[in-house]
Amino acid sequence: QQIQEDMNKQLLDSLVSFLSRSHSDFREKTTEWTCEMKFREIPTAALVLGVNVTDHALTFRGLSDVLQDNITPYVALLEAKDCPGIKNLMQKLMGQLMSCDVDVDSLEDEDGVQVSQNRIRCSMASLISWYESVTKKTDSETPSKKRNSSSRHWQSPPVVVIFKDMESFTTKVLQDFIVISSQHIHELPLVLIFGIATSPMIIHRLLPHSVSSLLCIELFQSLSCKEHLSTIIDKLLLTSQFPFKLGGKVLQVLINIFLYHDFSVQNFVKGFQLCIVEHFYSQPLSVLCCHLADIKKRAYSLSHDQCENIRRLPSFRRYVEKQESGKQIELLTNDSFLKEETEKLLEDIHVYHENYVSILRCLHVFTSSLPKYPLGKQIRELHCACLENRVWETEEYESCLQLARMLNKTDLVTMLQQCVEILMSSSGKKFDKTVGKLKGFLTQFQDLEAEASQERDVSISSQKELQRKTDLYHLQKTLLELKESRRSKKLTKFEMLRFEVVDYIDRLVRKYLVPADDRTLHEIVYFNAAAVLRGHLNAAPRTALHTALNNPHWYLRNQALKCDGGGISNKAPDICIVYKLHLECGRLINLVDWLEAFSTVVMAAEEPNADAASSDHVDDIIHARFIRAVSELELLGFIKPSKQKTDHVARLTWGGC
Amino acid sequence: MSRPEGTRGSRCCLQVKFVPDEDVLKHIADDAGAKVRKDKAQLSASVKRFVKKLENISDNEAQEILEEKKYVATLGIHAQDPMGNGSEISGGEVYSFQTPKRSNKMAELASELAQTPEKNVAPDHSKCPEKMARIPQSSKEMFLLMHVFSLLFQHKKKEFVSTTPYRLRRRLAAPDSYLESESEYSASCSEEEEDEEDQKEVSTDQKTPAKTKAASTPPPRNSLAKKVKEQKMANLVEEYFEAHSSSKVLTSDRTLQKFQKRRLNQQTLHDLLKSAPLAYAAEIRDLNQQHESLFSKWMLQLHLGFNIVLYGLGSKRDLLEKFRTSLLQDSVHLVINGYFPSITVRSILNSITEEVLDHIGTFRSPLDQVEFITKRFKEDSSLELYVLIHNLDSQMLRGERSQQILAQLSSLPSIYLIASIDHINAPLMWDQAKLSLYNWLWYETTTFNPYVEETSYENSLLVQQSGSLALSSLVHVLHSLTLNARGIFRLLAQHQLEKKDNPSYPGLSFQDFYQQCREAFLVNSDLTLRAQLTEFRDHKLIRTKRGADGVEYLLIPVDDSTLTNFLEKEDEDV
Repeated sequence: QQIQEDMNKQLLDSLVSFLSRSHSDFREKTTEWTCEMKFREIPTAALVLGVNVTDHALTFRGLSDVLQDNITPYVALLEAKDCPGIKNLMQKLMGQLMSCDVDVDSLEDEDGVQVSQNRIRCSMASLISWYESVTKKTDSETPSKKRNSSSRHWQSPPVVVIFKDMESFTTKVLQDFIVISSQHIHELPLVLIFGIATSPMIIHRLLPHSVSSLLCIELFQSLSCKEHLSTIIDKLLLTSQFPFKLGGKVLQVLINIFLYHDFSVQNFVKGFQLCIVEHFYSQPLSVLCCHLADIKKRAYSLSHDQCENIRRLPSFRRYVEKQESGKQIELLTNDSFLKEETEKLLEDIHVYHENYVSILRCLHVFTSSLPKYPLGKQIRELHCACLENRVWETEEYESCLQLARMLNKTDLVTMLQQCVEILMSSSGKKFDKTVGKLKGFLTQFQDLEAEASQERDVSISSQKELQRKTDLYHLQKTLLELKESRRSKKLTKFEMLRFEVVDYIDRLVRKYLVPADDRTLHEIVYFNAAAVLRGHLNAAPRTALHTALNNPHWYLRNQALKCDGGGISNKAPDICIVYKLHLECGRLINLVDWLEAFSTVVMAAEEPNADAASSDHVDDIIHARFIRAVSELELLGFIKPSKQKTDHVARLTWGGC
Repeated sequence: MSRPEGTRGSRCCLQVKFVPDEDVLKHIADDAGAKVRKDKAQLSASVKRFVKKLENISDNEAQEILEEKKYVATLGIHAQDPMGNGSEISGGEVYSFQTPKRSNKMAELASELAQTPEKNVAPDHSKCPEKMARIPQSSKEMFLLMHVFSLLFQHKKKEFVSTTPYRLRRRLAAPDSYLESESEYSASCSEEEEDEEDQKEVSTDQKTPAKTKAASTPPPRNSLAKKVKEQKMANLVEEYFEAHSSSKVLTSDRTLQKFQKRRLNQQTLHDLLKSAPLAYAAEIRDLNQQHESLFSKWMLQLHLGFNIVLYGLGSKRDLLEKFRTSLLQDSVHLVINGYFPSITVRSILNSITEEVLDHIGTFRSPLDQVEFITKRFKEDSSLELYVLIHNLDSQMLRGERSQQILAQLSSLPSIYLIASIDHINAPLMWDQAKLSLYNWLWYETTTFNPYVEETSYENSLLVQQSGSLALSSLVHVLHSLTLNARGIFRLLAQHQLEKKDNPSYPGLSFQDFYQQCREAFLVNSDLTLRAQLTEFRDHKLIRTKRGADGVEYLLIPVDDSTLTNFLEKEDEDV
């Protein structure tokens, strides 16, 4: 378990670092620009980041880090929730700027600025005086020392203020801040950066013209979240480096959540993390899910129980059944033999992954350029399709092949070249032959080109012949002949070659893109519990409540509760009965009627002892039970007390009336 | 559109997802090309079907008229029953319909049954014996009704398979209005034995509005609604507004006061519930054991940076308590009872800073406090805190700001949050940003445990709380006063009771009151009256309010029923 957790952490770290890396190129662009824009009014950068708000925090953190490293030590990150008024905003701003200044100065043992932040009168004037003192200090006192620590910093570094979520700032605060700071721009080189989630139009909607004219806005578009997703999938799933893999359904669930719910890369990563945790937690054999180098060691350290676990895996059973009887017995009884075999199988899986990825990319090269994208435009769709079932048995694949058979030459050649590149770059050594074959195809195409020019001559000559024969009969005859010949020799050399290429690709696909479920021991490496994942990430509390209320049998396995046709027995828990009764009512519910109906139902359920002498006591109990059930419904938010009519409650849900 | 779900939760959830899906698909059209195309294909297919439907419309309508005739006929039959054979037979008739062979029949059944509960509820003042005879019957009918409704829902789920649901719904709409008429009708239930002609007339009367309703919506839309879910939604929306447009709600006028039953107070309620055996204890225990087996998994996931939220019917308090006692004994943890009516974020933060971090001192704002906590936890990586929140969705913690603060807390890597939610709309509290801060893992833990603690703080309508207290204190205080003072109070109480029908009654003005008191020889100067009133006010027996014209108004802040009781008691004493 310990090892597993370590591995998890490693993975998470790599994920996070990757995510920030993916932002870096975009960031560099920004930084360059901010350098150029120093001496205008208030230089402002508007970053359009898209709707995946949750990912922004990471972007901004990275951005401020880069800015701090490369341009200026004075960066302040402001969030709307911290700044309900201009005063808070200034306070926050000062605090952040001063503290980062302290960071720089701490090398030189300066504590002049380190006044308790709360005491400072926060105003632009104090900010400016602070700024002047700081810049003077850096200029005069220890220029030599400063140079090496911040050699890339400018002589008078700009103060960068980042507004993380511009939309949620109150307009007044923003306006005030901009107006004030524009008056001080000569003393204080200020640069604003707005983070925008929706569209750049929002700036003009939030700020009146008089204010926005004070800004000099440049627009930046960040990478869309879809691209992030595909790079993440590329780097995480379509490599053989990570031993852990996602099953088809799981991947589908994750992608669906991403596309249909939040567009948040962070959430996708979270889901992926959850998958890893679940896998290592629930699958006892996941010890073996590790890098190739460790497999041998771990396989040998397997205990007897774990060996038994391996034998119990369905895929392994299938494998055993295929072996001859001697080996079967050996596999089922001899632990050490089993370990060796397991190791071999796991290595097989590893090799399979390497091949799989490269061939998948090749196939993607082909399918992504076909009209209408029968197998999807993105490689992830193709990946899902391949994971789920044999891709060559699907209709889409058929149509793909048919379309591929109609590709023109230039496309085909470029695709083949791309394939060769992919295969060359992949680590698997098995592809030498394939590469050779594909290269052969390429040279054949080149040969064809040479031939084609000759052919053209031939056809021209035949047409010349055609022109010579002028009488009608001959013309007709030759035309017919031509037609005939064309039909028969439909397959030119190019076409033949094309067929060959497509068939070859098809063969490759059939060989390497076998769905993972068919591999032995795939359970160790693949995580397939999509339902669990869905339950944890995309839960439906309402549905759970609804089933619990409507069909208590689903949770409480008691025969008395079971009833046909989705009805509910009168022995159900009180709250279910009360709920069912309230469904029959309209907007308002009369408590007396409700109570009466309830007691009718409950009495019917307890018929045998209802005629006992202590009917009054029973009545009280029923009353109490009713009260409890009603207040529970109130807690759950189905009803609320109403003042419209005495002793009535209002229904808060709608649908039953 | 997420409001009107509730009862058909699962299905509506699907729908709610469905609509945004389309939007999203449009956004990512280039991305999920294949899917969009599929959708389009479906759409076009549905359009085709819609065209076909249009052709069928006249056909349908004819059929519908036929059915309506049948419907009226059955109504007639039904009207005959109570007159001829009494309630027994009507039940028998219901049973004969119980095995629906065609879906049309089921609709009839639904309409038939929809009337029955109303029937057995309304006319019972005069006919107690009959009602007693009916009791078991009615319960069965009730369940049949439920049965039918659930069948109906199932049908609606499979809507594209058959064309019936639309018709069913229209049926439903019709009996609905009929229901209303029925209750009106039964309000004057002494004339129940009218001839069937009359009844028929009523039903046809009610029929016409239902019909016009259907007609007012454009026919193509209606027919499309049979097929396309969205249209169905639109139709649902219409129904929703129809249901809410009429300000008058028809329910029976009976109140708990007329109901011959004493109100229970909290204590007796508690005792009674204790004496009542908990149903299905064994099964509930099994269920809880299932959840308890997840404890170690929760621990692992909490440590990996996730936070856990529990949902599902039933109190999750015991479960969390068990989690706490079994796993968190040796670590620092904080239990927050969200259902407690006076809990605030501030108190939560204070308990963290004061008890966990041993910090003495105050903070200017919760934000500062959160910042401080964040700093402390970041500085000292050995600090770990488990926070258990029962009912994260309670009244006090529901607000945007408190959720924001809690989310910020929970996002700290060394604070492990495990919370429970109960309200059906609880997930609406969180937007994307908060959700990502919380980093929830959802766990369904349906326990079926009664919400004992959680509801004990609620002011339930049925539980007599302030009433009994007020009455006893009224009596108590007044007994210690002079006879004159009691008279003054009586005067005020009587006046207030006289005006109880006037909802905008501001209270008795001081001058008028003084006049009345003088006339009753209770006071001799307005100074004595003022002294007396001050005493009342000190005991919180009256409340004074200045009106818009500067006149002082006096009011007894006790509800009318208590006041009546009090006056009756006073009369007995005198």
